[in-house]
Amino acid sequence: MATNAEAIEHGHAPESAHAALAHHFDNLEQQREAGTLGMWVFIAQEVMFFGGLFLAYLIYRMRYPEAFMAASNHLNWKIGAFNTTVLITSSLTMALAVWATQAGRAPKVQVALMLATVLLGFTFLGVKAYEYHEKYVDGLVPIAGWFNPNHEILSHIPANVSLGQYQMFFWLYFAMTGLHALHMIVGVLIITPIIYWAWRGRYSPEYHAPVENFGLYWHFVDIIWIFLFPLLYLLGAHFKP
Amino acid sequence: MSNEANAGTLAHEWRSRFPTVNYLNADYGWKSWLLTKDHKRIALLYLASITFFFMIGGAYAAAIRLELLTPQGDLMQSATYNKVFTHHGIMMVFFFLIPSIPATLGNFLVPMMIGAKDLAFPRINLLSWYIYMLGGVITFAALLFGGVDTGWTFYVPYSTNFSNTYVVLAGLGIFVNGFSSILTGLNFIVTTHTMRAPGMTWFRLPLFIWSMYATSLIFILGTPVIAITVLLVAVERLAHVGIFDPALGGDPVLFQHMFWFYSHPAVYIMILPAMGVISELIATHARKPIFGYSFVAFSSLAIAIFGFLVWGHHLFVSSQSVYAGMIFSLISFVVAIPSAVKVFNWTATLYKASISYDAPMLYAFAFIGLFTIGGLTGVMLAALGFDVHVTDTYFVVAHFHYIMVGGAMMGYLGGLHNWWPKMTGRMYPEGWARFAALVVFVGFNLTFFPQFLLGYMGMPRRYHVYPTDQPLWQVLHVMSTGGASILGIGLLIPGIYFIWSMRYGRFAPANPWPATGLEWRTPSPPPTENFPVTPVVTWEAYEFRPVEEMAVIGPGTPDEPIGGQHPLNPGGDGGIAVNREP
Repeated sequence: MATNAEAIEHGHAPESAHAALAHHFDNLEQQREAGTLGMWVFIAQEVMFFGGLFLAYLIYRMRYPEAFMAASNHLNWKIGAFNTTVLITSSLTMALAVWATQAGRAPKVQVALMLATVLLGFTFLGVKAYEYHEKYVDGLVPIAGWFNPNHEILSHIPANVSLGQYQMFFWLYFAMTGLHALHMIVGVLIITPIIYWAWRGRYSPEYHAPVENFGLYWHFVDIIWIFLFPLLYLLGAHFKP
Repeated sequence: MSNEANAGTLAHEWRSRFPTVNYLNADYGWKSWLLTKDHKRIALLYLASITFFFMIGGAYAAAIRLELLTPQGDLMQSATYNKVFTHHGIMMVFFFLIPSIPATLGNFLVPMMIGAKDLAFPRINLLSWYIYMLGGVITFAALLFGGVDTGWTFYVPYSTNFSNTYVVLAGLGIFVNGFSSILTGLNFIVTTHTMRAPGMTWFRLPLFIWSMYATSLIFILGTPVIAITVLLVAVERLAHVGIFDPALGGDPVLFQHMFWFYSHPAVYIMILPAMGVISELIATHARKPIFGYSFVAFSSLAIAIFGFLVWGHHLFVSSQSVYAGMIFSLISFVVAIPSAVKVFNWTATLYKASISYDAPMLYAFAFIGLFTIGGLTGVMLAALGFDVHVTDTYFVVAHFHYIMVGGAMMGYLGGLHNWWPKMTGRMYPEGWARFAALVVFVGFNLTFFPQFLLGYMGMPRRYHVYPTDQPLWQVLHVMSTGGASILGIGLLIPGIYFIWSMRYGRFAPANPWPATGLEWRTPSPPPTENFPVTPVVTWEAYEFRPVEEMAVIGPGTPDEPIGGQHPLNPGGDGGIAVNREP
């Protein structure tokens, strides 16, 4: 802690304080530590938030394995796999963006990598929107009054599976991917000002905490999807309708 | 301006410099309060709003007690009564008990006790108050539009399929309010890890900080689960997807598991901060270090962790498997142990201590006794057979009111009194405070002890009609309502004298009790940045010095430098009269 003792005694930051140092921190290192720990704690609570839905999935999958397999079989796993690749790549570009700020690369490199992340994020969301639309057209949106699968789908449902159980899978599909998509949208909203400040040259090897912490958040969103993809899309891979 | 009032007292001898500028008068105008980043001002914002919601919850309580004076349902219809107890529960649990100590005393004291200038994220702190207010407004709107009648526990399928009240709106208010808690908890955890003053190691922290840390763990890990549960209830109610509906393959007991997975740890959110306050009150007003510091510190963590493992004791009669019931019962017995450790240690602290019977100490005594009763009845409820007999009766109601009112609220009041001088720079009137504490204690017991008897005899909870052929029941109910009136009066008295003291109270010195702790080594009220100089801690927690010694060499640390340069008051003479080795 190579800080200016006299300045601290007078209760304000030393003359050479970084512009980004907040008034209540002693130095950038403490601020960075606090920010990172804050993001990890936030991620922990997000895990608990998603956890409720994963619990519901766990319970109902154990109860209605056939229903879940049949319903999952209806999802297009290839589209899901494509989306997974898109999201993992966006995590790669984000990690590279964090590295770019750490290594002091030019702002345009930082911005390019972050924009790539946003672009891939939008691709993911676009594909998701397409999938949701498909479900709507097929009458699989699990809202009372809208859930009306067409004859072809109905014929693939096994005899011992009730329509309610089939609907349960789709409800969980929409809830879990919907909540995930919401978190992605929030992520895209948050990265926008960060991209602006990166373009303005705000981030350097000394100070790049917002980029790093946003990276943590983005990777978290990615990891949630890594769990969602097999649980929702691959469940019915070997199901023979 | 204050020192003349205290001239000649020991407090004055300590040369506390009452600053011209403190956090209250540093800036004026509504924007300086509503857009503040100062954790102390945010604490006062919370104090005002929490008191408001407490009064609303109290009004509903009065309505309940009024109705129960007679066996007939003559004051209100059943549907109305359902709404009244629901509103009482929602207001008291979510808008008073859960935020009370963390958001007021926690926000004010956590940075000061660890020697920091503010919490780690001051703007998130302000945001959490705004989110709290938004949640409060939404919920209050739901109450005003027509209310909710599901009980604060909003069990399905009633809340999703059959209730015709504002379930979704109230649920939205609770959902929003949850994020206020989460942000507060996040702030406390990060602050405690990263912003302790030099020398303030974990085991030199005041026990209040340990309690707040444990509470924050529960905030972070538990609150999101109620958030998703409320969300699912709303979705089920609006879209009928079937997640809790057996007709569509769902399971209503899943709701109960998810609800209580948060709501049991929530009760530890309500009691742990109060326990932290009691540790401080007892140490201060008995002038003795808390017996078994590390046991008390670890017991806070143990309560937080074990509290997540016992939710099934709310589901003993819900069709949960008996074997699961047995395991939850066993762990519920175990979770009582760390709480008992605290009670034993506080009691041991009192042995051969110099006890002063100030109002905070009276509240601490009340806490120890009433929490013990509440806790023991909780252990009784953890026993499967007994629980089946008294579940959903007034026995349970009495149990949790002993903990929440006799425990948490007493802790809150004691803490408010103890730190009032620090927060406002004024002393409250001690005579009235002691009187009010007595009134509250008597009123509380008169209200809730009869309820144990009623519950054991079979009086169900949430009923406003009871048998007329049991005259004893009405006697007990009348006692309970009488007690509630006394309790209400007892709570009104501090409401009056606290406000009175802000204008007419005696000016308070930096350390009126006197107590250890960094918050007492800065003026009352503190300057905005808390400490003119960042303190360097070289002493253990609760290192009390004999009063006679302090009169000579001041409240300083054993390592105070020669020549009187007190680290917190470099311009002053430090109160050192004796030349000695550092």
